[in-house]
Parts: sequence; C-alpha cells; structure tokens
Amino acid sequence: MTAGETHQAIEATFRIERARLIAGLARLVRDIDRAEELAQDALVVALAEWPTRGVPVNPGAWLMTTAKRRAIDAIRRDKMRTRKHEEIARTLDSTFEEADDDAPVDHDLGDELLGLIFAACHPILSSDARAALTLRVVGGLTTDEIARAFLVVETTIAQRIVRAKKAIARAGLTFEVPRGAEREARLPSVLEVVYLIFNEGYAATAGDDLVRPALAQEALRLGRILAALIPDDAEVLGLAALMEIQASRLPARIGPNGVFVPLTEQNRARWDRLLIRRGLEALARADALSEGGNGPYALQAALAACHARARSAADTDWPRIAGLYDRLRGVMPSPVVDLNRAIAHSMAFGPEAGLRLVDEIADADALRAYAPLPAARGDFLFRVGRLAEARSEFETAATLTRNAAERAFLLARAEACDGKH
Amino acid sequence: MRVMVLMKATEDSEKGVPPTPEAIEAFAAMDRFTEELVEAGVFVAAAGLKPSAEAKRIAFDGASRTIIDGPFAEARELVAGFSIWEVKDMDEAVAWAKRCPNPMSGPSEIEIRPFYEAADLADFVTPEELATPRDGTRGKLGVA
Repeated sequence: MTAGETHQAIEATFRIERARLIAGLARLVRDIDRAEELAQDALVVALAEWPTRGVPVNPGAWLMTTAKRRAIDAIRRDKMRTRKHEEIARTLDSTFEEADDDAPVDHDLGDELLGLIFAACHPILSSDARAALTLRVVGGLTTDEIARAFLVVETTIAQRIVRAKKAIARAGLTFEVPRGAEREARLPSVLEVVYLIFNEGYAATAGDDLVRPALAQEALRLGRILAALIPDDAEVLGLAALMEIQASRLPARIGPNGVFVPLTEQNRARWDRLLIRRGLEALARADALSEGGNGPYALQAALAACHARARSAADTDWPRIAGLYDRLRGVMPSPVVDLNRAIAHSMAFGPEAGLRLVDEIADADALRAYAPLPAARGDFLFRVGRLAEARSEFETAATLTRNAAERAFLLARAEACDGKH
Repeated sequence: MRVMVLMKATEDSEKGVPPTPEAIEAFAAMDRFTEELVEAGVFVAAAGLKPSAEAKRIAFDGASRTIIDGPFAEARELVAGFSIWEVKDMDEAVAWAKRCPNPMSGPSEIEIRPFYEAADLADFVTPEELATPRDGTRGKLGVA
C-alpha cells in the first residue's frame, strides 16, 4: 500500500470494514450506539494518518485496535467505576494485545458479524425496527437512504433505530451467536427481516416505483453473507436461493412506461442467468442437507426454480408447482399461499380447478382487501369465458392495489374483457 | 453495481502453471481472498482461463469469418482469469482489488470494468424490445 491515499479511497476501505468493526466493538461494549461512535472515531484517525503513512496491510485490524484504544481511554477518562464498566475494561485489556494490524485476516470475525446480525434481528424488536437497524448497522445505509427506501420520513427511521438500540441495550444482549436449539429458534426472525427487505425492494407495496432494486440488492447481499456464515442450514440456503432466482428477473419485470410485466409474459432472454445459476446451486446445497429442502424458504426457492428452468412460459412444469404449493401449505399455512396454490392448480389442471380452490378461501379475513385475490379470480373467470364477472373482479382488484403500475395493468385487463365480445 | 475484475496474463501464465510450492501457495492465498469476498456478500462468480495456446479467435470482416489459432502475442494484453463482484461503487471495487493477492508470480495487472446496467442501456433498448417476446395474455398470476 502506498502513501497519498485519498479520503475517498480510505472511506471505501472503511465501508468494507464497518459492519465487522461495529460487530466486534458491540460485543465488547454491549451497546450498538457506542460501537458505531467508536468505529466513526477510528475512521477519523484513519483519515488523519493513512494519507501520509499509507493503508495498513490489515486495515480492519488497525481500525479495531484504534477503536478499542478509544474505548479504554473514554472509560478511564469518565472514571466510570460501576462494576459493569470495570468488567468491560478488563475484557478490553485482555483482548487488546491480540489485535495486530499487520496480522493475517482473522476468519472468526465472521462470528462477530453474525452475532451483530442476530442482535439486530432479535425477536424483542418489531420487524420494521429489525429491518431498519439491520440496514443501518450491517448494510451501512444512512437513515436517509433507509427512509427513502421505505417511503417514510427520515425522523421516523431515526427514531425507530434509536429505540431499537435502546431496547437491545436494556435487554442486555451479549452479541454472541446463538447455538443449537436457540439458533434454530432465532433464525426465522433473521430470515424474515432479510426477506422483508428484499420484498420491499422487489415488489414495492406502495408508491409509483414498482421495484427499488437497491433494496433488493442489499437484501441479496445479506442473504449471501448469511449463506457464507451459516452454510449448514437448509433454510438459510433456501432464502439465498429464493432471492437469487427472484432477483434474476428484475431486468424483465418492468415493461414500457414502468408497467409491471407478469412472470409468464416476461422476456426470459433478459433474466440474469448468472443469478439463476447461483440460485439453483444454493437450492441444490439446501436439498443435499439432511433435513432436505422442506422448509418454507427452500420450498419457495424450489417454486422459483421451476420458472427459472422453463425455457418459455409454455414449458413451465405447472403440475410440479401445484405439488410444491401443496407441500408449502403444510409448513407455511397462509391464505396467500392458498391463493397462489389455486393459481398453480388453475395452470396445471384448468381454470375450474383454480376457481374451486379460490372460492374455498374467498372469505378469509386476511384476503379481504388483498388485490391479488380478485385479480386471480378475474383471471380464472376470464379463462372460462365469464367475462362480465371477470371485469368486475379486475376492477375490484384495481381499487385495492396501492401500486400505480399494478393498477394500470389491472385496468387494462378489465378493458380486455370488453374487447373479447 | 456489478463489476468484472480481469486478471491479465503474463509471459509465465501463458506457459501454463506448473504446481510448484509457490504456485500452490498463491492458489491458497487466492482461495482465502475469495472466501473473504464470499463472506462479505461481494463475490458473484469467478474462473481461471487456460493459456491462449488453447484459445481460438474468430476474425469478422463483412461476411468473412477467419479462425485464428492461439497462442497469441502480447501476453500482458490477454486475460488469464476473471471474477465478478457486486459492490456499491468503483471505490469499493478498488478497495477490494487492492487486497487481492498478486495472482501471478511476477508483476501483473488487474483491470476492473463496470457492467452496463439497465439505466445505461435505456437509450438503446426500445420499449417494444423490452416487452417481447410475449407468450400469452395471461393475467398477473402472483406465483413466485
């Protein structure tokens, strides 16, 4: 490394190290807020020293050493004498010598990052708070970026993050990675948050932009990190596979004028084959694990894989998809799964089969204002030739959706019911 | 953003890699670096390419297609391997690339090239092209 590093280059290096730095520091001081401050302090020192002295061989270790030194100075200066702080100071002293800024990269750092992810996604927090905090401390997004991604004002996100950090400090979380049965119990709340972030980017629930790819990209990155750090869990791999395959379709989902293009009509030449390959590989690894690919994410990935493997919409293996939905229903009972199951059955066995299944769930409370239900029912009715009913279902769906592009699509389908006369 | 990281060839790499202890150590170092990239969620794909002695070039000129067999001259202009990364910006890509162990035994170069993204191509891809081919008039299915 040479001297004369620009601030821009140093900040890029810091960004690479930031999450791990905060993770390591949070484990020591048991406070995410304080850990972030210490990491920021270390950046300030780096910006002062690296331009002349050059970037250290192991910048991550250098930043960690610098931040820990600050932590100890602060504790001593404040003359904090509570038992807790003395304990932390002792831990700091004992770990201090281990840090060597020119040492080879320590791969156990992944464990600290995982500990931070588990803390940020702790079930004591609401899923919104988990998502915001994870994007902030693990993803390195600014509160402004998170606010824009979730279409809320920045102060809301800032408060959400502050409260989440306080709740974690109050609960006295240790930032250790849960093991065994505890890991099993806490993993779903981690995966749920990552997939929530992905969906907020992939299928924006509100606003005029149908897709906010940056958010989907960030979730995909989190999923990849999790798959690297927990390679022995079929659901972790299943979620990674699901997001890889869904993300492969991002370039094909939006047509002219920002109109949503449904899966069966997408230009498959625009699907990202690289992501599909990664997704299929992750799914194969999930399936190879002892518990098999029977969890909700692995099954959803298997569903996505059916579409990814079909060279054209006509080649889609709908009976297999219908069978996967039958299984998914067993591990993830939900009216939404039932609805998609009805759609799959309609494709495999005809619109009458779809109508029969959809009418079984039409009264479900969860689907009362759910646009895809009348949209699907409209599609089945259209296909059996009950056009007036189909039109009315499409119109209902159009009034229920909050997404402008989707509304335009549904209204066009309503129009088409007249055209067929 | 997605970038392709091109490892440029050298006179040595063009001769093929004998499994010397140095080469094996270099291989292991590259493995450790790749592992770091994977754990950071940056790694997308990578592959090494055989020397140009095993390559072929197809020269286009109007309707004519001429096949040229390797090896090719100018070793340092050839590509010996590539890696595809997903990064926030070029600064991040450069910061990662600086950490990459030297992929070759002597002096060598790595070149980082950003992919064209949809936004860059907006002026080249017509709406009609985006919308085709269409396989049917099915409605929004909502199936994963």
